[in-house]
Amino acid sequence: MEERELICICCPLGCPMTVRIDNGAVTVTGNSCARGAEYGEKEVLSPTRVVTSTVKVIDGEFAMVPVKTKTDIPKGKIFDCMKEIQKASVHAPVAIGDVIIENCAGTGVSIVAARNVKNHN
Amino acid sequence: MTEHDIVIIGGGPAGLAAAAAAKKAGTEDILILEREGHLGGILNQCIHNGFGLHTFKEELTGPEYASRYIDMIEKEQIPYKLNTMVLSISSDRVLTVINREEGLIQIKAGAVILAMGCRERPRGALNIPGYRPAGIYSAGTAQRLMNLDGYEVGKEVVILGSGDIGLIMARRMTLEGAKVKVVAELMPYSGGLKRNIVQCLDDYGIPLKLSHTVVEIHGKERVTGVTLAAVDEKRRPVPGTEEYYSCDTLLLSVGLIPENELSKSAGVDLDQITGGPVVNDCLETSISGVFACGNVLHVHDLVDYVSEEAALAGRSAAAYAGSQKEEPSSSNIRIRAVNGVRYTVPQFVNRESEADQWKIRFRVSDVYRDRYISIYYGDERVYHKKKKVLAPGEMEQVAIKKESLEKYPDLAEIVICTEED
Repeated sequence: MEERELICICCPLGCPMTVRIDNGAVTVTGNSCARGAEYGEKEVLSPTRVVTSTVKVIDGEFAMVPVKTKTDIPKGKIFDCMKEIQKASVHAPVAIGDVIIENCAGTGVSIVAARNVKNHN
Repeated sequence: MTEHDIVIIGGGPAGLAAAAAAKKAGTEDILILEREGHLGGILNQCIHNGFGLHTFKEELTGPEYASRYIDMIEKEQIPYKLNTMVLSISSDRVLTVINREEGLIQIKAGAVILAMGCRERPRGALNIPGYRPAGIYSAGTAQRLMNLDGYEVGKEVVILGSGDIGLIMARRMTLEGAKVKVVAELMPYSGGLKRNIVQCLDDYGIPLKLSHTVVEIHGKERVTGVTLAAVDEKRRPVPGTEEYYSCDTLLLSVGLIPENELSKSAGVDLDQITGGPVVNDCLETSISGVFACGNVLHVHDLVDYVSEEAALAGRSAAAYAGSQKEEPSSSNIRIRAVNGVRYTVPQFVNRESEADQWKIRFRVSDVYRDRYISIYYGDERVYHKKKKVLAPGEMEQVAIKKESLEKYPDLAEIVICTEED
């Protein structure tokens, strides 16, 4: 049996949780909601994160557009995704939800815009 | 001089939520004044996610959260002026305002909502000796340069202070290829949210040194390094614990201060602890018809709570603008924060208030485990609830039902405190 102490990051409450793994069966205690239990299980079996960054905008009212992975990606893929994000650029106009990079770093997850950017004139 | 029923100062999260709520409450004539070129305030540079879990039941980035409210303002066609700076407010709610199109103008407001937000405590407030080399930024300035303007701020970074913006920037700069060597925190606990310590420091192996501070900044033209030292319980550096870190950038995340110069010009009473206005349960300040919400009132951790608080200010301002009442009502009950509770907002509640219950927000003054939050009406304890963890970095709240006061007709003071048992 393995036991891990975690702090839940699903919301600002930051519940201190204990996750027990016993022959592949995972039990979470200390959580105060269902999302916490889900996070606890995921964090020990296959941890994931949403990655946010910025991408250069050409001819936009702003220099940069904020972007994010559309869903969470494996923690181990964060820097591979960042490499692709750093190389990318996009022409204005951009709308929230626009796909900037498809299937980023082989994760199957797209990078999408998180702010509307109009053309600069 | 033009006139408007409600004038809102600031087009960030607080101002936008206040405007939307005032409109919903029936006020047609609303004007938002924003000094930046865009609505949304500081959220536009907060590109990380985690916003909106309470309000929208999903995790949004800052710009996405802001755009939800900007869309509401556009849909309701609530007027706003951008690049417009309010210079002063008189006690009878006449605003002196300046912008490039109209020059210097005056606006008379039926009600004013203060939503100016806060600013960062600067280096000058810390008394760190040394030259003034380039490479020292407040964390929010670095965030703006990086996320809005697209600059690389630095390559080797030390962060002083473990406020949320500093933690967020530790991760952000790491992702962009910088080496964040250490986060030093003067206090024995972090001022940031736990989730940010996990997600921004632990995930990337960035050490957090509690009870440490910067005692020297090296470099004349550009920062070349800093010296950290441990501090004792009186926060004095301990000789012999000095440690040198080479770096080209020092970020400061050492606290936020509500921006109340305008409130002062109107004569609004300020709370010494929060740095924001003293308000009643309607979020009305000591000046009749002037309301406050968001980080100008007290610094929040969560924008969701800002939106909720701002909506109350918006509804209160709408009721005020529609009623023509001029005197703040007098039957106020003071809320006193003692024994581990640093402050409360609001500081007063009014029995004649229309609300059924009041949400009292507060912060504690130290890290406590298994400690109770208690409320006293006179000698009688009317609320007693155990909390597993209480920390200064995390705002707490309790609800007080108005009907619970019926048995106490002469009550002048409500006490909120922490207790060991």
